[in-house]
Amino acid sequence: MLIDIQEANAKALAAIQAAQPIIKGIDTAIDVVPGMKKNLILHAGPPITWEKMSGPLKGAVIGGLIYEGLAANPTEAEKLAASGQIEYSPWHEHDGVGPMAGVATASMPVWIVENKTNGRKTFCTLNEGLGKVLRYGAFSDEVITRLKWIEKTLAPVLKAAIPLAPEINLKNMIAQALQMGDEVHNRNKAATSMLIRELVAAITKTPFSQEEKVRVLEFMHSNDHFFLNLSMPAAKVMLQAAEWIEGSTIVTTMCRNGTEFGIRVAGLKDRWFTGPAQMTKGLLFPGFEEKDCNPDIGDSAITETCGLGGFSMAAAPAIVKFVGGTVSDAMNFTRKMYEITEGESQAFQIPAMDFRGSPTGINLLKVCEKNILPQINTGIAHKDAGVGQVGAGLVNPPMKCFEDALEAYVEKYCQN
Amino acid sequence: MSKLSSFFGQKVKVINLGIPSFAEDLKNQGVESIHTEWRPPAGGNKKIQALLARVEDWQNKVKAEKGAR
Repeated sequence: MLIDIQEANAKALAAIQAAQPIIKGIDTAIDVVPGMKKNLILHAGPPITWEKMSGPLKGAVIGGLIYEGLAANPTEAEKLAASGQIEYSPWHEHDGVGPMAGVATASMPVWIVENKTNGRKTFCTLNEGLGKVLRYGAFSDEVITRLKWIEKTLAPVLKAAIPLAPEINLKNMIAQALQMGDEVHNRNKAATSMLIRELVAAITKTPFSQEEKVRVLEFMHSNDHFFLNLSMPAAKVMLQAAEWIEGSTIVTTMCRNGTEFGIRVAGLKDRWFTGPAQMTKGLLFPGFEEKDCNPDIGDSAITETCGLGGFSMAAAPAIVKFVGGTVSDAMNFTRKMYEITEGESQAFQIPAMDFRGSPTGINLLKVCEKNILPQINTGIAHKDAGVGQVGAGLVNPPMKCFEDALEAYVEKYCQN
Repeated sequence: MSKLSSFFGQKVKVINLGIPSFAEDLKNQGVESIHTEWRPPAGGNKKIQALLARVEDWQNKVKAEKGAR
């Protein structure tokens, strides 16, 4: 095959750089997510069976089945989940992403993010806030009640507000947030504030009651991570632009299901390369110990795949108070990531590094050659279903994913 | 031989590869030295080195063929 890897990667990087993610709207998953159906549960990470799911993912599945009305209680839900009547599929195979357990069911409202450059769309549920939430595997009544409120009030109000607001370009918003101390994975304070600023006037113009509108604004204001469920699909839609460029060694997906870590590569269409999900090292909330922690989980590593999150930690020195380490560690993580990336973002600049563009386009060959793993910062879920978040910290993928992908790449392309 | 003896007659400046403490020891003795973070390709993993070499060979052939056109 006459493919120049440098040219293929330049093409992939150019497509990522050219992407313009905007908020298109909000709709119900079954109406917009490709392949969505009533008995399908979407989840974070690479494919997995019910038997192999970790505690928080099982918990989120149980909650999802109760929310969907397919089960009346956790016992019934667990039985149904294992019955074979429920199908499971990664969000990534349905043009979407889900934080932590990432569970989404047919009736859930989802953000629709569109790349204006090529018209492709990605999807993500709305962020539920912190504490006991479905994405950390909690499924108590308060979790289901909140999800119903998101479906019946939050989503309709925002859906009505979006067309009344100026177009929100998420790339511009993320670029601005990086100037304000976010890295839009574990720090979304500035981006959430900007989102509220863009939407507040439009929300007041919607035909909902004053009480409902106030509650929506209070909910967004109370959750610094509200923007995460937009930074993730924005990163996903940018990386989709590099799928599946023949010969390219750019990594387009990094994600975890709590049991396995999975990657996909632009030149190796649709193929998953997996290894065991690692334990996250970081700061735990009072009362929790390392033995309480679940292995790495969630699709949020899509931010790192796009040069944000751990790759842009130098832009977010305050994050070390949440994920551990020092400010110099944060600077060094970003510096190191330039060694395994193909280029620098034209949009996402890091003030503390003289506005250098964030390290963008993880190159499989560089990861293998330099033996440097991508740096991810992330939340930590309790290993048991129903407990929730226990901390946040730093983690890497297993090298096995990259080694297996390299082997597959050689098998596909170097058979001359 | 004469080159070697003249080398030792000069002020030595050291670029250290590998263990950082070697550079630190020299610095402590007043020897100008810098440490370079170098690792063997693929962390010394022979299987990965061989796979990378196959990619490199293929790319050399691609470039040669393109140049010939």
